[in-house]
This record gives sequence, C-alpha cells and structure tokens, in this order.
Amino acid sequence: MPLRIVDPGGPIYDGLMVRVSFTPNLRRHLPCPSLDASGGTVGEVLAQVFAQQPRLKSYVLDDQARLRRHVTLYLNSHKADLAAPVVSGDEVYVMQALSGG
Amino acid sequence: MTGRMMAATRKGLFILERQGEGWQIARSAFLGDPVSLAMADPRDGRLYAALKLGHFGVKLHASEDEGTTWHEVACPAFPLAEGENGPSVLEIWALEPGKQPGELWAGTIGGGLFHSMDGAKSWQLVDGLWNHPLRSNWLGGGNEAPGIHSICVDPEDPQHLTLAVSCGGVWQSRDGGASWRPTSEGIYAEFMPPERRNDPSIQDVHRLVQCPARPSALWAQHHNGVFHSTDAGESWQEVTAIKPSKFGFGVAVHPADPERAWFVPAVKDECRIPVDGAVVVARTTDGGRSFEIQREGLPQRHAYDLVLRHGLAIDRTGQWLAIGSTCGHLWLSGDQGSRWQMAAGHLPPIYALSFAGS
Repeated sequence: MPLRIVDPGGPIYDGLMVRVSFTPNLRRHLPCPSLDASGGTVGEVLAQVFAQQPRLKSYVLDDQARLRRHVTLYLNSHKADLAAPVVSGDEVYVMQALSGG
Repeated sequence: MTGRMMAATRKGLFILERQGEGWQIARSAFLGDPVSLAMADPRDGRLYAALKLGHFGVKLHASEDEGTTWHEVACPAFPLAEGENGPSVLEIWALEPGKQPGELWAGTIGGGLFHSMDGAKSWQLVDGLWNHPLRSNWLGGGNEAPGIHSICVDPEDPQHLTLAVSCGGVWQSRDGGASWRPTSEGIYAEFMPPERRNDPSIQDVHRLVQCPARPSALWAQHHNGVFHSTDAGESWQEVTAIKPSKFGFGVAVHPADPERAWFVPAVKDECRIPVDGAVVVARTTDGGRSFEIQREGLPQRHAYDLVLRHGLAIDRTGQWLAIGSTCGHLWLSGDQGSRWQMAAGHLPPIYALSFAGS
C-alpha cells in the first residue's frame, strides 16, 4: 500500500478527473484553489496536484512524503488514505485534523 | 545603538523597537501561528522566522524590510530515506549565520544539522554528523526526537563549529562540518544510570553559548547544572556557585568579556518554576566563581514564569539583555541586568528572543 507519494507526478489517466479542495486553514498560508487532477488513487491524484503546485507539497506531506500526522483526507464523504481508489467525478478534500489548542 | 528585537511566540512573531529608554511593539507577523525561532542576520539585516505549524509542518520565512513583509524560503528537510520510517524535521531549533555570504546553519528537532550556502534557497543535511555512529545514543529530552538547539560558529575560524544537543552533549567539527566528535568531558548526567553518567553523547545540555571575543570560552546550562569551558570545549568544569538553583535553560555571555555570563534559574527539572515565586537573573562577572542575583524590576511574589533556552538574549554591545517567559512577559535591561523593565506583559508564551541590529 503506498503510504508515501514519491513519484514526482504520478500517472495521468486520460479523461479521469477528480476535484481536489483544501481546507480554508491551509489557504491562510498559501494560495490553494480547488483544482482537477487525474490518477487511480488518492495518492496519485495528489501527486498530480503537487506537480502543478510544488509549494503545496510540504504542507500536506512530511519530509518522507508521508501524509502529515495532523492532515486528514476525505474522499467524497468518507475518510480515506493515499491508497484509496478514485473514479472520475470523485472529490478529494484535504483537511486539517482537529488537534492542539 | 540597539534598536530592535524579535520575540518568537506560540501565537506569532512580535517586533519591538526602542523608543528612548523604553521598548514598544512596533509590529507583528504570523499571528495565531507558532514561531519557534527568529534570527536577524547581522551581515545584511535580513530577518528569518521559523514556523512550526501544528498541522502543516515546519516553515521558514524571511524579510528584507525589517519585518514589514515576509516571504517563504526553503526549509531544511531530510532527504527521502529507504523504507517508511525516515526522519522529518519537527522544529527549527537553531539558526545561525555562517562566514561566507549567504551561508546559514540550522539545527533541528529530529537531530539533523543543515547547511545552506545560498541564503536559504536550498539546504543540505550535514551527513558527517548525521551518519556518526554515536548519534544513535542521542535521546529526545522532552521532545519526540533529539534536537540541536545551539550552533556556535567560531568567529576566528569559521571551519570550527560547536553544537549542543538535547540530549546528545557538545559536538565539534574543525573542518566545516565534514567530521565530528563529542566533546563533553567533565559534564555529567546525574539522571542517568551510573555507568552512563559521563557518556559524552547523552548529555542534556540545555543551551550553549560562545564568547565572540574569546571563542575558547564556552558556557553551558545543563539539565543538572552549569558548566564552563576555557579550552574551546575540550574540557568542562562545573560551576557550583550558581544560585538560587542550578537548573535552568538559558545562558548568555557578554560579547567582549568571557567571564561575564547570565542565567535564569528555576527550581529543578520536576518543578520548572522560579525559586520562591521570584523571577531572578543570576550574573557572574568572574568566570563563575561568584554570582549576584538581579531582581530589580522583576516580579518577586507569586511569579511562575519559566524562561526557555532561547528566551534569554544579549545584544552585540553587551549592554542590553532580554528575557521572555512562558507566561508571555518580556523584560529588558539596558544596564547588563541591574534593573529590568517590562516591555510587554500579555504576549503568548515566548519561545525565543533575538536582538536585531546594534
């Protein structure tokens, strides 16, 4: 199971588009409008996103390209990991986990 | 004349400016976000602020206009490791200018020392330290991973670097970071099993400073005492005259007088509050043979301020000192600590202070 996103771009799936949106908390730090990307899994879709927006990567992934501990992914209405398969029309939400004070 | 200082806090960065004998908050940045460290580069006036975003990781920002505007620069990061358990930078805990233009050194929680030769456009992990076999002895010391919190670049020989690690002792390189060895002889850890008490690679040095005018003079506030070296860290002597207690985090040394140093003691490791509820600064002017307690202008009843390792700062003239506490109090002294004035009383918990300019 791919726990890390080490491919700089990820495979491109013709015609398969997934919408990726980001928590408003992340928009405080850098521009990150919703965008469309392709891939067979959530991780592959995010790899496409990071290829388009390189600065975003270190906010979502740690040094080892793992999902940050306090970042959570939702695929449509369910919590998902990087290995979750996607189909065209799905939506991925990059959220912050609720923690700290 | 010292005119500016930065306070890095749990909820933002605050820049204070001197107005006559007083200090005022002139502006702030990153409000709401943890700022672990700030550094003013004396070579070009550039300011750096290290963020530790709770959800989104460690970031580094720079300002070329005295903190009015900031932009993100490259942050130290570990290279991708084999397998899934490689390290990540958890916090920037030390940031110091090197000798060459654009040269910077960064110490991190995670245990990595990083080097930049291009003003934080890029960073390289210092492999000679990271791959040292004794590094595996390092302990977390209150954090998830060991951290490098003090980096001393010898002003007379920039190839000579001296680091302190919590908990990993004092380390030195004489070849610009290519090779390293622990130099903690004389420092002991009373909290370790007896056979590891004098192990140089597990010592919990809380903070290390070097006298710019005499780089062979080093002062260390350690977990169980104060230690002093006059031979560039080759050997250390315990300073038993420290009072009112030997526990603390911060230490400052006068830039021109190696025998003049300041500490902010707290009760002990399991009770990290001022002794008798009184905030005091302990100063030696004779190389640690004696100390005077400085308390004028500091709260002396029911004060529970803890000053963390980067919460005690001295300016380049050696006249101005500042202490910032976990209770959000910031005090300054323009006469080497004899009298203190509170510059801010309601800041977020203060992590680090840094004077800018002189």
